[in-house]
Amino acid sequence: MTISKFTDKLFSRAALRGIVAIGIFMVFWEVGARSEEWFGHRFPFIGLVPPPTDVFVSWTGLIADPSYWQSWYMSFLRVFGGFMAAMIVGIPLGLLMAVNRTFYGMAFPSFEVLRPIPPLAWVPASIIFWPTQELSIAFVTFLGAFYTIVINVLGGAKSINKQFLQAAQSMGASQWDIFRRIVLPATLPSIVVGSAVGMGITWEVVVAAEMISGGGSSGGGAGGGLGFFIWSSYVGGSYEQIIVGMISIGIAGYISSELLRQLGGLLTPWLKTR
Amino acid sequence: MSAVINENAGSLDDVTDGAISIKDVVKIYDPDGAAVMAVDHCSIEIPAGEICMIVGPSGCGKTTLLNAIAGFHGITSGSIHLDGELLCGPQKPQAEPGSDRIVVFQNGALFPWKTNLDNIAFGPMMAGKMSKAEIYEKARGMMADAGLSGTENNYPGEVSSGLRRRVEIVRALMNDPKVLLFDEPYRALDSLTKSVMHEALLEIYYRNKVTIFFITHDLEEAIFLGHRLIIMSSRPCKPKKIVEVDIPHPRDYSVLTSTRFREIMNEAKDVVHEEAQKAFEAGEKEG
Repeated sequence: MTISKFTDKLFSRAALRGIVAIGIFMVFWEVGARSEEWFGHRFPFIGLVPPPTDVFVSWTGLIADPSYWQSWYMSFLRVFGGFMAAMIVGIPLGLLMAVNRTFYGMAFPSFEVLRPIPPLAWVPASIIFWPTQELSIAFVTFLGAFYTIVINVLGGAKSINKQFLQAAQSMGASQWDIFRRIVLPATLPSIVVGSAVGMGITWEVVVAAEMISGGGSSGGGAGGGLGFFIWSSYVGGSYEQIIVGMISIGIAGYISSELLRQLGGLLTPWLKTR
Repeated sequence: MSAVINENAGSLDDVTDGAISIKDVVKIYDPDGAAVMAVDHCSIEIPAGEICMIVGPSGCGKTTLLNAIAGFHGITSGSIHLDGELLCGPQKPQAEPGSDRIVVFQNGALFPWKTNLDNIAFGPMMAGKMSKAEIYEKARGMMADAGLSGTENNYPGEVSSGLRRRVEIVRALMNDPKVLLFDEPYRALDSLTKSVMHEALLEIYYRNKVTIFFITHDLEEAIFLGHRLIIMSSRPCKPKKIVEVDIPHPRDYSVLTSTRFREIMNEAKDVVHEEAQKAFEAGEKEG
């Protein structure tokens, strides 16, 4: 009881600190952005950025605009799709590489050659090879999470305490039992970490891919996603909207990571005790 | 509990299973062609139900012997029998791991993702000979006997290291093993916790008599727990001196200050010290 009270206090204090820090940041931003107007002298760099109040006004105008929310929806859909595909392909691949030496010997070298290629370097190739723009974006997003997930699963499954396996073997566990009841749960924390990192990369990649490919199947506008939203704001000269787009991505990324953290916490309850 | 623990607590007469016979076992490791002899023509006879303490300096090859009995490693020559049945020998260099020989590991091997109760139920669940309800009833009963009530739904990471060790011993016993193999399980514990664990282990032993093959480098621990000490020479490992501990069971911590305890200590100390010295001079590292 006392411990939970203590953490409550800690959290509220941490939350307060966060709010204060954001407030101070906003004040500096506002003053810097209005430096020319207020002091007759433009501060370097920040003097060119639209002030937060203008960004906020622009944002309130967009909140009622369905195409802004459509951008959120499209980006989320792509991130979710690419991420899920990366999990579905990446987790079994990582596990297979960890448990089967022959497969590891065959798959790992080519995996290691492909891994350093940044997902964005795949954009031109995937535009050529995939039939639709939507699929090219999804593919590049998939790559963003895929390598990180595989590497984490592989590392986690390979570093299992050997004595867990020996203990299970002594107690009569079959190969399948050992895989299901030892290897899988022992790798779960690495899967959670890998997907959290992968999720972050997915957001980085989807935004860039949307900018480069011009926003997917609908050719921009409502179907473009947040990356294309920023790009079209830039082309249209609405600097406030660029900032709105950027902050929107920040919030979207935070929401995804938080959801994943919660889910990960539910899947690995024993780690809370450490 | 006290009904079971009587003057016959240390008697092995009622134990029929779990006699280990180690004959002429040699284990040579061959990393990169440089043969290293870990165990050298080692023969030990352990009667059923005995607490046999294998005492020797760290890294002398005791664990190699334990791994051979458990079936985690093979042997180079010789043979090991359990109750007359061949575990490993000339035709079969490596024993099959089995639930009749359960290891309690040095650093503990409770599954951190399972609760204490699920850990304890793991062996019988794998064996599949009892229904789930029966297994969990037995598990709860054994936890209660070992003073672990109230920690059933905790994860191992949530309880003290002393309790974790106790959970691990109960998990081992749930398999109805003939032999428990202890690989310096109390090494990382502080001496106060250790003394509590020793009494707890004896108490569990008096209730479930199985053969105990216990590796340690702590002479006090060895004399307090064991029926017999096998003092091993440093690498290669072979028995150097056998010391009978004729202090009657049940024992408690008052034994530590008894005259007989000191006498046995003196008898064993010189040999152990000599081997430790040798190991030290040979540059053997801890572990």
